[in-house]
Amino acid sequence: MAKTIFEKHSEGRKGYTLPANDVKVTLNNCIPKKYCRKEEVKLPEVSELDMMHHFLELSQMNHCIEKGFYPLGSCTMKYNPKINETLVRNDGFNNLHPFQDEDTVQGALEILYELQKDLAEISGFSNVTLQPVAGAHGEFTGLKIMKAYHEHKGNSHKKKIILPDSAHGTNPASVTLVGYEMVEIKSNEKGLVDIEDLKAHVTDETAGFMLTNPNTLGLFESQVEKIAEIIHSVDGLMYMDGANFNAIMGLVKPGENGFDIMHFNLHKTFATPHGGGGPGAGPIGVREDLIKYLPAPLIAKKDDKYFLDYTHEKTSSGKVHSFFGNFAVNVKAYIYLKMLGPKGLRRVGENAVINANYIQKKLEKYYDIPFKDSFCMHEFVASGNWQKEKYGIKTLDIAKRILDKGFHAPTIYFPLIVQEAMMIEPTETESKETLDEFINAMIEIAKECEENPELLKNAPLNTPVKRVDDTLAVRQLNVKFEW
Amino acid sequence: MPFISNTDKERKEMLKEIGVEKFEDLLSNIPKKFLLKEDCCLDEPYSELEITRKISELAAKNISTGCANSFLGGGIYDHFIPAAVDHIILRPEFHSAYTPYQAEVSQGTLQYIYEYQTMICELTGMEISNAGMYDGASAAAEAILMAVRKTKNFKAIIAGTINPNYLEVIKSYTEGVGIELITIPAKNGLVDLDALKEAIDDNTGCVLLQTPNFFGNIEDAFAIEEIVHSSKKALFITCVDPISLAVMNSPAEYNADIVVGEGQALGNAQNFGGPLFGFLASSIKLGRSMPGRIVGASLDADGKRAYCLTLQAREQHIRRAKATSNICSNEALCNLAATVYMTLMGKEGLKEVAVQSTTKAHYLADEINKLDGFSLTFNTAFFKEFAIKTPVPAEEIISRLKEKNIFPGIDLKQFGYDNMLLVAVTEKKRKCDLDELVNSLKKFSR
Repeated sequence: MAKTIFEKHSEGRKGYTLPANDVKVTLNNCIPKKYCRKEEVKLPEVSELDMMHHFLELSQMNHCIEKGFYPLGSCTMKYNPKINETLVRNDGFNNLHPFQDEDTVQGALEILYELQKDLAEISGFSNVTLQPVAGAHGEFTGLKIMKAYHEHKGNSHKKKIILPDSAHGTNPASVTLVGYEMVEIKSNEKGLVDIEDLKAHVTDETAGFMLTNPNTLGLFESQVEKIAEIIHSVDGLMYMDGANFNAIMGLVKPGENGFDIMHFNLHKTFATPHGGGGPGAGPIGVREDLIKYLPAPLIAKKDDKYFLDYTHEKTSSGKVHSFFGNFAVNVKAYIYLKMLGPKGLRRVGENAVINANYIQKKLEKYYDIPFKDSFCMHEFVASGNWQKEKYGIKTLDIAKRILDKGFHAPTIYFPLIVQEAMMIEPTETESKETLDEFINAMIEIAKECEENPELLKNAPLNTPVKRVDDTLAVRQLNVKFEW
Repeated sequence: MPFISNTDKERKEMLKEIGVEKFEDLLSNIPKKFLLKEDCCLDEPYSELEITRKISELAAKNISTGCANSFLGGGIYDHFIPAAVDHIILRPEFHSAYTPYQAEVSQGTLQYIYEYQTMICELTGMEISNAGMYDGASAAAEAILMAVRKTKNFKAIIAGTINPNYLEVIKSYTEGVGIELITIPAKNGLVDLDALKEAIDDNTGCVLLQTPNFFGNIEDAFAIEEIVHSSKKALFITCVDPISLAVMNSPAEYNADIVVGEGQALGNAQNFGGPLFGFLASSIKLGRSMPGRIVGASLDADGKRAYCLTLQAREQHIRRAKATSNICSNEALCNLAATVYMTLMGKEGLKEVAVQSTTKAHYLADEINKLDGFSLTFNTAFFKEFAIKTPVPAEEIISRLKEKNIFPGIDLKQFGYDNMLLVAVTEKKRKCDLDELVNSLKKFSR
């Protein structure tokens, strides 16, 4: 393992230069003694090259899209075009301050305005806020909008949000965060929302329904109109979790078939990088009558001038970010959309779907694929059930062995409704050769389960570290380095 | 098509393998009437060259603080960023990696987060830090939720001297879940201690204080801590400027329980206000109530040191509706920039940044204070930002100086203070920049 940066500290080394202070004021004249730090801050002292050595060493222990296939279901690990990074580093973006006068940020506002418009167009909604900075942040914002809608209508009895048991963990957590109560309903044998179970749970207290479409099994919820009808009949609102929007981009507009509110994940569908966990962006689109509940400001345009529009601030469901959201991420999504164009947009959805079905087809003899009777959309869920029953191999073991073969593992043990789940999403940016390599590796692993199960139980063997003991990490909690 | 690998020929081969004739056959689950008949109404595709030209034109419509003499702050600060920071965050291994759930191929991310957590603990004097929040505002809001969860007291007191944008976000996060929010008014640019004493009781879950506060003023955290901890359970949350911590009290010195703040100043550009990142740290006994990811050191199967995400039973992917927060994606790459920044600056560099920022701010404040009609709004200690009373509406000054590419500060009228500017100074300012502002203010002098 790499030493920590603290172990590379050498007293007096410098990794920076700064000009000399050219004002003649001393610290003593600024900060009263009482407020001066008693013990010096302990930070490592290294040279710039020491720093580069360190972080390059760390980087080599990571998997990334450029290194190899990243079939993480529901995470849409598509390639992130480099031009985005070059262009976003323009001084005219990087060095803009959010409190600048509107006249001095017209280019920035134009980009945000256009992005609002383009996202609304491709999703079939009336307007979009760019303030939320992550998918879960978008969910929170969307549910706040739902709440504001009900409060405005005097629906104080609305307390419950229904969601299917295949939902992402952020959905129920967001429900709790806004102070609603979660009602979970079952999926049917086809992996779709069970309409009868839904009807059984819809009451006058139902504030809304959250649905990922295509769902986390990679299946399009074909009854979405019926679902919307049921929810709308009690004045509930339909929320679409857009985590899987990549599957239907350019093919279907959710705002035109039953949904009232939706979040986008720009770091999934719109090719902005995941950055090891963020920053992303989670814009929210809404239908016309919900615009007044969006966080303020929106970006608007009048007589060729762009401005921050606060006119709906009084009815807004409230601010969710210090400023206008993740501007730099939004710029990258803007560039991506402009480069795709209308035909490219459709092609994204199409190729994502073809790639996923191709892998599903090729693996169906080797792994249990519970919903293979139906074509999948951009992802599918396989199960390690056969391997577990016959050879005592867990999906975790299979996932770790996949790492040995130079690929990232699929999303595992999710959705919760499939035992030993492996959720595989290839994205449209990967080529047929890459998919074939992955398929071959998966077939090899299926054989290894039979012939050499111990190999899997000890996997991974070729990674920078062997299997990490995460229970030890909880038992002997060590969250900072002592030096 | 840009960024899409497979050609029409390859698609055909794949469709054949799948066992269908054409792509549309795969969409059997989607009701026919949903399928778009026409393409979306978007611009025709730009080539790389065309988009480069378009973006340059758009960027040119902005006036960047790089070309102006800017004194804007209010939570986002123009501190110096060493060039090497960007070279690290652009490494694909960091840039395009996913959240480090598969520890064995994510040790790079996990180790830098562990180092980040260590550095945040060093700055704040706290015992545990998470891997970061969306921004300072959401970190402050989630700290309140954390305190309420821990104490089961649903009354939260906020010092009214906090950044007003943070207050708005805090309201959004707390109003739905039964938290009673009490804001203590400001008195002479500092929180009114008498009002705080009056508001606090044994049902109080927490008190949130920002210091230096929105006006840049240094609050008496020691006196406030005594008041907070005089109540039975109340936790003391402070929101701090990480740069200030190089020279000012670590929150541990005044017994803060939870420390949050905006981390942008640590190696991240202003970017029109995002991405930012929030830091959140606390005493170890509150660790299990924390929101967000936490990295822990452990061992691998060979007994070698290795890192992984830990205390995950708090998080949404495990606990779902009972999680401590819904946060999943955070601002990891911004945390990496901060880690690289703190590594490069080291203790001496960070101190130098803090000293130059505060001394230059004081020089400027003194010079402006000498101008007729201008005066410091508050007669109290401040760090790198201060409020001034202006002889004419601040808007007028901002508008006139815009022509000379000088951004003199934030008009506080939008927050209810007439004829007042909030002026921020960082180490990047030269004496001549400061003098330029003073000279340009002279014409408004009375």
